[in-house]
Amino acid sequence: MQPVATTFFFYFLSGLTLISAVLVITRKNAVHSALALILGLIAQANLYLMLYAPFVAGVQIILYAGGIMVLFLFVIMLVNLERTQKEGQFNKQWLVGFLAAGALGVLFVAVYLKGKDLFPAFAAAPVESNNTQLVGDMLYGQYMFAFEIASLLLLVAIIGAVVMAKKRI
Amino acid sequence: MLDYITSYLGMNTTPGQAGNIFWAVVYILIVFGGVSVAVMAMNWLERKALAHFQIRLGPMRVGPHGLLQPIADAIKLMTKEDIIPEQADKFVFWIAPLIILCASFTVYIVIPFGPTHAITDMNIGILFMLGVSSLSVLGVVMAGWSSNSHYPLLGSLRSSAQMISYEIAMGLAVLSAVLMTSLNKSGTGTLSMIGIVEAQQQQHIWFAFKFFPLGFVALVIFAIAMVAETNRAPFDLPEAESELTAGFHTEYSGLRWSLFMLGEYAAMIAVSSIAVTLWLGGWMRPFPSTLTGETWDLVFSLIPGFLFLALALIAFIGVVRMPKHPYFRIQTMGLAGFAAVLGLIGLILFVPPVRERIQDIFWFIAKVAAFMYLYIWYRATFPRYRFDQLMRVGWKVLLPISIGVLIVTAILGVAF
Amino acid sequence: MTDPKAYLSHLELGEKDETFLDSNELIINMGPQHPATHGVLRVVLKLDGEKVLGAECVIGYLHRGVEKIAENRTYTMFNPYVDRMDYVAAVSNGLGYCEAVEKLLNIEAPARAKYIRVILTELNRLTSHQLWLGTHALDIGAMTPLFYTFRDREEILKIFEKYCGARLTTHAFRIGGCQYETYDGFERDVKKFIDEVPPKIDEYEELLTTNRIWVERTQGVGKISAADCKALGVTGPVLRASGVKWDLRKAQPYAAYSDFDFEIPTGVNGDTYDRYLVRMEEMRQSLRIIRQAVERIPEGPIMAKVPKVIKPPVGEIYHSIEAPKGELGYFIVSDGSTQPYRVRVRPPSFVNLQALDLMVRGQLVADVIAVIGTLDIVLGEVDR
Repeated sequence: MQPVATTFFFYFLSGLTLISAVLVITRKNAVHSALALILGLIAQANLYLMLYAPFVAGVQIILYAGGIMVLFLFVIMLVNLERTQKEGQFNKQWLVGFLAAGALGVLFVAVYLKGKDLFPAFAAAPVESNNTQLVGDMLYGQYMFAFEIASLLLLVAIIGAVVMAKKRI
Repeated sequence: MLDYITSYLGMNTTPGQAGNIFWAVVYILIVFGGVSVAVMAMNWLERKALAHFQIRLGPMRVGPHGLLQPIADAIKLMTKEDIIPEQADKFVFWIAPLIILCASFTVYIVIPFGPTHAITDMNIGILFMLGVSSLSVLGVVMAGWSSNSHYPLLGSLRSSAQMISYEIAMGLAVLSAVLMTSLNKSGTGTLSMIGIVEAQQQQHIWFAFKFFPLGFVALVIFAIAMVAETNRAPFDLPEAESELTAGFHTEYSGLRWSLFMLGEYAAMIAVSSIAVTLWLGGWMRPFPSTLTGETWDLVFSLIPGFLFLALALIAFIGVVRMPKHPYFRIQTMGLAGFAAVLGLIGLILFVPPVRERIQDIFWFIAKVAAFMYLYIWYRATFPRYRFDQLMRVGWKVLLPISIGVLIVTAILGVAF
Repeated sequence: MTDPKAYLSHLELGEKDETFLDSNELIINMGPQHPATHGVLRVVLKLDGEKVLGAECVIGYLHRGVEKIAENRTYTMFNPYVDRMDYVAAVSNGLGYCEAVEKLLNIEAPARAKYIRVILTELNRLTSHQLWLGTHALDIGAMTPLFYTFRDREEILKIFEKYCGARLTTHAFRIGGCQYETYDGFERDVKKFIDEVPPKIDEYEELLTTNRIWVERTQGVGKISAADCKALGVTGPVLRASGVKWDLRKAQPYAAYSDFDFEIPTGVNGDTYDRYLVRMEEMRQSLRIIRQAVERIPEGPIMAKVPKVIKPPVGEIYHSIEAPKGELGYFIVSDGSTQPYRVRVRPPSFVNLQALDLMVRGQLVADVIAVIGTLDIVLGEVDR
């Protein structure tokens, strides 16, 4: 596939991700935060597409935006959050927050500047048509054990949820 | 500029493959317009077909034989008062139908109407379709929650629980079809929609008939799951009027409500296209490998033209049978005009260059139309499932069968 | 109006902080305006999540004081009022009332009148069961049987219209016999009808009886045992589906039923599916009775010798018939004057509705509507 208007889409999608991230933490209404998170996840999926990883993008949409966020929304909607919405924040720690975020940012910049040699100048663009096959090969070949462990964990979680919910109909 | 536009015409790929924005936009507009017209036609067809199942006539007044009824419905819904409940969350209330609509319409960019007749051919085509159509669950949940009343909330929770339960069976059925694409010489399958139909072409068999009855069972599982996914009868308990909890779109009125219906019909057509592409050979004509040869190709290519001429004939018979009262003059003229247009399209479809290009699109649309008719047939015939029975069918019946089909398909694929 | 909280005072709903889903028991009100309660019936349900713990019916929305009106009308004048109670099966109501008054007067309708009465009453049983089938199937979600049954009902209603001029509230019978002689072509119409209808009944069965969704929605739903039926006084197809072979047409024959040969279908489990099967079979047995009656209509007068002014002797009488919905009884007390002292109607739907509470306990909310449909209640009869 031919890439089209790469620069524009990169800035657009990263801007979208940043905006939605800010919205997640600043909205008072929990449902609005969840919706902003969905927007951010979809923008991120598109960023994966730009990195020639369509399989990861598709899975991100199916699992994250279509599965996990639905679960988040269910929980938010079933728990009555009205009171917490009307309350003001009682431990405003703006100064400490800014200092901590600033320190983290300085750390990232320092790592990037100091470790420039570790990042290759131009990475070869992986062939996009093989993405699914490559992921499949690695998952079922090299990382088979981790895959099975993860699925076992999920099974345990499902059984736990069913047992806990069984008292009701 | 002109060069940019005409350079695509020489290539033999989809606009997305070619990276041509202009033609991509043109294709998108064509598909978008086509889907909107199809949704309106589906609305008319549903009322007429349901009525004929129930030995009555359906809409007959608005336009000849009710052909203009969808337009009248659209005008009515657009001019209705837009009621928003007072305590409702206005932003979420506004955005919920938009999410369902966008999710249902975005799917159309990968649907293949022909080997190069698609907006684009992502190589994760089927994954993309399943993923984006699962985003409509979000819209349902938000619609119920933002109405700020507990009956719609319960209805939307039930709706969404039903949708996500049947997505699993859908996904597993799709998986067994995708597995069959890898049973070729190179041993690699593909997720791209055009690739799946080409795999059926190379293996000379529609996947519904491969390893008979396995492919067919997978198709049936998908057909049942897709009816449940789109909340249609017999799985429409969350939106039935005679049940206790009304549906998630209770508080929506006017244009917003019609957006839900639009999204529902668009989703129906989208999942039917998935079924057609994966199992019924997409754009291939019937019997591509048993009835081969020039003459058979010719015969099958004449069918679209004959079909439209037959429809024109039926419309013409309707014209002749119209009452001769002066009040019916306009309707008679309208129906005659409609019959003339159908006849003209039929004649155009006999012209050889048009015949070549239209073949693929025609067979694809014909198969999807058959599925749409099945949808209406189910609604007329079956009573409704109770919610717990619905969930039981999804988890305890469809899921084990689809896992079984997947395993047996894999075993047979390796063995043969 | 009963305040539901008054008698369920032991219930404590959660405080404002909890969501409504946290409280264990919920009281939901169904009706009086509801597409599925077949009239103005209000049902107050106590739910635990999705399970029904109990139901209370609030009736009286259609009460028109029919029994009080009876005390101020003569016996003949009261005849049309009777049709309006069970407006679906109006002919049966008329039959019950006329026979009750005839018993009070100690006269008997002539044989020809009895045969005409039987034919019309059995046609009305078919009408009532067809309406029941259409609306019950519609509640459960099958839209199409409604239209099929209404199409077939039209033929019967045309016969009624040709006979007495009315389709719904027919006022077909008079005290002492029938007023109208059968019209020319009555036998031909009825014979044509009973030849055409059996395949149509097969059509309804084909759509529903072996349909897996229908079976799952109706089997095991709304079970009631024979002992409970007898204890509550439930009659009609509900009783017969629980296994009790009790039909007033055989047990206490009235009109000309003793001349005919027919069977009484019974069920085994007493659930909704059995009631469905019992009513379908009853339709076929009604066709059998009509066929025998129409072939053997005797000649003769259609009206007995009834005095011009009906003044029954002092006394009281209870006479009941097998209406399509159950045992329809009339208890008439006469004080010797032209107007009855008291007319008490025992409507089958009223007594059957008592069983609703027992039948929905432990079922899910979606089944309540199926159970109301299967009891086949008509609010005109329940409220009078």
